[in-house]
Amino acid sequence: MSSDIASRVRENPKFAELIKKRNKYSWTMAILMLVIYYGFVFLVAFAKPFLAIKIGATVTLAFPIGLGVILAAIIITGLYVLRANTVYDPMTRSIVEDAR
Amino acid sequence: MKPARIRRTLALAALPALAALPALAAGPDLGQAQQQGTNLTAIAMFAGFVLVTLFITYWAAKRTRSRADFYAAGGAITGFQNGLAIAGDYMSAASFLGISALVYASGYDGLIYSIGFLVGWPIIVTLMAERLRNLGKYTFSDVVSYRLSQTPLRCLSAAGTLVVVAFYLIAQMVGAGQLIKLLFGLNYNVAVVLVGVLMVLYVTFGGMLATTWVQIVKATLLLGGATLIALLVLAQFGFSPVALFAKAVEVHPKHAAIMLPGAIVANPVEAISLGLALMFGTAGLPHILMRFFTVADAKEARKSVFWATTFIGYFYILTFIIGFGAITLVATNGFYLDAAGGLRGGANMAAVWLAHAVGGNLLLGFISAVAFATILAVVSGLTLAGASAVSHDLYASVFRLGRANERDEIRVSKITTLVLGVVAIVLGIAFETQNIAFMVGLAFAIAASANFPVLFLSMFWRGLTTMGAVIGGWTGLVTALVLTIMSPSIWVAVLHNPAPLFSYNAPALFSMPVAFIGCWLFSILDTSARARSEKAAFEAQYIRSQTGIGAEGASH
Repeated sequence: MSSDIASRVRENPKFAELIKKRNKYSWTMAILMLVIYYGFVFLVAFAKPFLAIKIGATVTLAFPIGLGVILAAIIITGLYVLRANTVYDPMTRSIVEDAR
Repeated sequence: MKPARIRRTLALAALPALAALPALAAGPDLGQAQQQGTNLTAIAMFAGFVLVTLFITYWAAKRTRSRADFYAAGGAITGFQNGLAIAGDYMSAASFLGISALVYASGYDGLIYSIGFLVGWPIIVTLMAERLRNLGKYTFSDVVSYRLSQTPLRCLSAAGTLVVVAFYLIAQMVGAGQLIKLLFGLNYNVAVVLVGVLMVLYVTFGGMLATTWVQIVKATLLLGGATLIALLVLAQFGFSPVALFAKAVEVHPKHAAIMLPGAIVANPVEAISLGLALMFGTAGLPHILMRFFTVADAKEARKSVFWATTFIGYFYILTFIIGFGAITLVATNGFYLDAAGGLRGGANMAAVWLAHAVGGNLLLGFISAVAFATILAVVSGLTLAGASAVSHDLYASVFRLGRANERDEIRVSKITTLVLGVVAIVLGIAFETQNIAFMVGLAFAIAASANFPVLFLSMFWRGLTTMGAVIGGWTGLVTALVLTIMSPSIWVAVLHNPAPLFSYNAPALFSMPVAFIGCWLFSILDTSARARSEKAAFEAQYIRSQTGIGAEGASH
């Protein structure tokens, strides 16, 4: 990458906007996943009576919560990819066009 | 089920400590297995798989000419295909057999393990996948040495790669030997040599293209086979998971306790430390990181993570159903039990016997063949990652200072593959009777403590300098290694000392901070002119990582 392309990107206000938006969203999603996972680990380690609450005859609360963590991982990944495809990619494309 | 049997089942399948988990789920430590009667259906189906993969290799060999072809399949893999291949790297024989065996023995605990393996992926997609693709070319060393000094960084990441690959590979080879005794009724050494020879063929002739497609075929077979077993199990309970669980609670000796977390997460420090290794180790595994360079651009890279996460999550739900199915259909049938009441052939046979219970000899043979194919595909990916570290990082960048021609570089890579194949066979045979439960755990811990911190900081922190990265990375690597040696899983279980010097099996909670602090401290202390120019070079790297301008294209 030549230095004038780099400086054109850097001085483009759209670049600052992209970085700000994308960083905010990706860190939010990453931290959400950390909170969900470590929340689950702490429940397992310290709150077994809570997880033992029966929902129905045999199934305990531990099941929907565990399944929920798996689904949360898939959904968070999906949401990020969706947002990146529909919002960040067009922004990036326009920044790249401007810099040429 | 008698208490003695449960203890044995746990010792074999899960091992008492949490840190044994990666060994169990990410790469097989199938323990010692008894040789079974020769299973011709399984052997025939496996032979079919081998024929298909050799055809793939022949097809791929004709399309593998350049360096980009060999290391990165010419960048022509789609996001969906790459997602399947990544999932294939992750869904090893032991995640399938080991996690279902753990569910069979303890119920809910199996789910806790699988969740740990899944949650690293959202972090990879939100923070790392796109930047990696935009900055790298063939290996993750390309990324860490982007603006830092080539020689020390390439040496560090090549060492990180080779250590991770070596431990992972030994675990896989031993697992392959144990599995073939278990499933095919063949000799251990035959299995190890067969795996070694086939993986060398795939990698040397077909490069990344063959390795990827072998992985895709295997992932499809494994997902299909597991889906079929799960459906056949559920069909017996009117497709009601609740009815399945109710029956399992009724027949399992622990009864309602299988519906709850058990003793496995008894120690919170160990649990958190293991969680860190699993989450961030995934983002430092060289054979997984390499897959991000096989797709055309950042968009395909992030799509691959979405597909991988979906397939892996789905697969873990299947293994959970399979484990509960085995409780109800295998443990209650004397045909599958030995004189002592344990599973014939060892605790890891739960899923295999369940296949027989719901689908007869044909499904048993199919599942056995898929389990073995799984190991073959995983070792091929590992070998390619190891060979690339030697040829691309050490030979071309360090030894020839970036002036190696393509043909020489590919030749070095192929020779390294051959050497790795021989080493893997020799170590696989040497470690046959060793307790190797620590190995994949160690691989994850080193990936999280050496590869991940340097890779992450090089992309996210302007202030990282060569001195900081090198000192931090090496200290992380050595700390993870030394703490593991001092832990119960080696100091007591392998070296037979009475008490461990370090009481946790999972070192990441300690070795990761050591690496990060090392990187930070020695970067801010570094006031050399080189450090100043490295910090100044961050901006251009940052712009490329964010926009993809200048990124390696999909063209050959």
